[in-house]
Amino acid sequence: MNPMISVALPKGRLGESVYKIFDEIGYGCPEIMEEGRKLIFENAENRVSYFWAKPSDVAIYVEHGAADIGVAGLDILLEQQPDVFELLDLGLGKCRMAVAGKKDALRDTDRTLRVATKFPNIAKSYYAEQSREIEIIKLNGSIELAPIVKLSDVIVDIVETGKTLKENDLEVLETVCDISARLIVNKAAFRFKTEQIEQMCGKLRERIAKG
Amino acid sequence: MNTVTSDLRREERAIFELRELYEQYGYKKYKMSKFEEYDLYLENKSFLPSSQVITFTDLNGKLLALKPDVTLSIAKYIPTCPAEPEKVYYNENVYRTPRGSHEYKEIMQVGLEYLGSIDLYAQCEVLSLALRSLQKLSESCVMVLSDMGFISGLLEYCALPLALEERIVACVEHKNAHEIKRLCAENGVDEELCQSIAALTGLYGELDDTIRRARALVKNDKMASSLDRLTEIASVLSAETDGSLRLDFSVINDLSYYNGLIFQGFIDGVPSAVLSGGRYDKLMERLGKNTSAMGFAVYVDQLERLGFEERRYDVDVLLLYDEGADVSKLTAAVKMLTNNGQRVRVQSALSEKLRFRQLLKLGERGLEILESND
Repeated sequence: MNPMISVALPKGRLGESVYKIFDEIGYGCPEIMEEGRKLIFENAENRVSYFWAKPSDVAIYVEHGAADIGVAGLDILLEQQPDVFELLDLGLGKCRMAVAGKKDALRDTDRTLRVATKFPNIAKSYYAEQSREIEIIKLNGSIELAPIVKLSDVIVDIVETGKTLKENDLEVLETVCDISARLIVNKAAFRFKTEQIEQMCGKLRERIAKG
Repeated sequence: MNTVTSDLRREERAIFELRELYEQYGYKKYKMSKFEEYDLYLENKSFLPSSQVITFTDLNGKLLALKPDVTLSIAKYIPTCPAEPEKVYYNENVYRTPRGSHEYKEIMQVGLEYLGSIDLYAQCEVLSLALRSLQKLSESCVMVLSDMGFISGLLEYCALPLALEERIVACVEHKNAHEIKRLCAENGVDEELCQSIAALTGLYGELDDTIRRARALVKNDKMASSLDRLTEIASVLSAETDGSLRLDFSVINDLSYYNGLIFQGFIDGVPSAVLSGGRYDKLMERLGKNTSAMGFAVYVDQLERLGFEERRYDVDVLLLYDEGADVSKLTAAVKMLTNNGQRVRVQSALSEKLRFRQLLKLGERGLEILESND
């Protein structure tokens, strides 16, 4: 019998829409949408199992082989640089990584720029390319607060609609890069389940191309 | 029962078996000191899997390091122009920070190096030893092979700016075709070149078929001769591989050290490569040696990931004795049991944690069986 493929999905809206696609292309597992305490959902017939993980942990599960496949945002991949294959751009969960702050925050270039962010590695490499001296302040949430209470000059964060920024009198000053969800695969699992993973990717690719 | 091998942990057994394998092929054990001058690692930083090294000052004020790697030391010590090939193997502890960890770890590493002029036979020997090493670790294993000449040939042909080249190579390693296309479009790289580079991510699989598909991408002599080399090797090794040897052009090692063949080995149940190696003539050149070299390392510590083989019993026999027991009789009994290949533990009282196959007691009338768990 074919080996089972385990998939780590990010908790939340993105994960749910990704699961719908998996379901449509023949990797359904109905019990996953039921409310309950179960953590792992398995469909022996379709040879697939799923579990929900915190979005920022998906890549860790995949790199360590706890899941063969996972779905993670490019933001997480750039920040963590996991040693995995990135086989597909799923084109979902589109947003961008941006520098935001008060209107004139980037005007004074004669001093260290204080940057608050959940993504210190992304911020560091972005400003390293500009050779700008910065100080990173790592936060874990409510990043927009930082420039308002003068904790930092700017923030580096994910921007979807820009609504939260606007409400707080902040604006996008620069775009770092575009973000979307990616399909990642453990390097060892790829060697032992090549055929099954290729098949799954092929179907996903077709389905995504349809839009 | 052979107590020597059956009681060893998986890693320990692997070290014994690999050692036996390499000795069979006439490789000599290379025992080295734990320390090395720090300069060696400073000059060859990107050859190391992680850049952190434990350093200390020796009694003369010289900066030394605890070895993070063995290959560099072996490569350094051999003569500049060796008259005959050096065939060596080692098992040594190295000290480095594994990926994703923020602490130094002592890692047991077994490896093999062939230093000298390398012909087709030598390449096949090292490759097949790597493959057989993997097979010793697990029945379910895969070795993926690539040739650096192919990708470096393609990159030479493309002549991309260095910064872009580095990013594209990283994408190939991650089989990330969509990012390659995005980068090429962003930097105005020719569409056909972009397609060729992106095609590398899909070039993997069974040897002959993958070589055939790779032919379509050949742009220059370097790429062609790389495929010729792989074809020769495939024809020699295909007999003994039973499908566990595959090609994969997304396997890449540092271009400034490696040229020619490179390979990685995986075993089912371990999430990252347990074996890694290749041909590193360029390192030899950097160290001022006029010779070729090829070798591999086996990350024996990764075998822990396979989990423990549950041992049912701690000892075969737990032998109890009373205070007044005749010690010479007791000694004789222990000798008799151990001579039969049993593991015997002698104590005066029963202990709760110890799991035993048989519980014996030395009484007035000799050995009595109190309990048997078979």
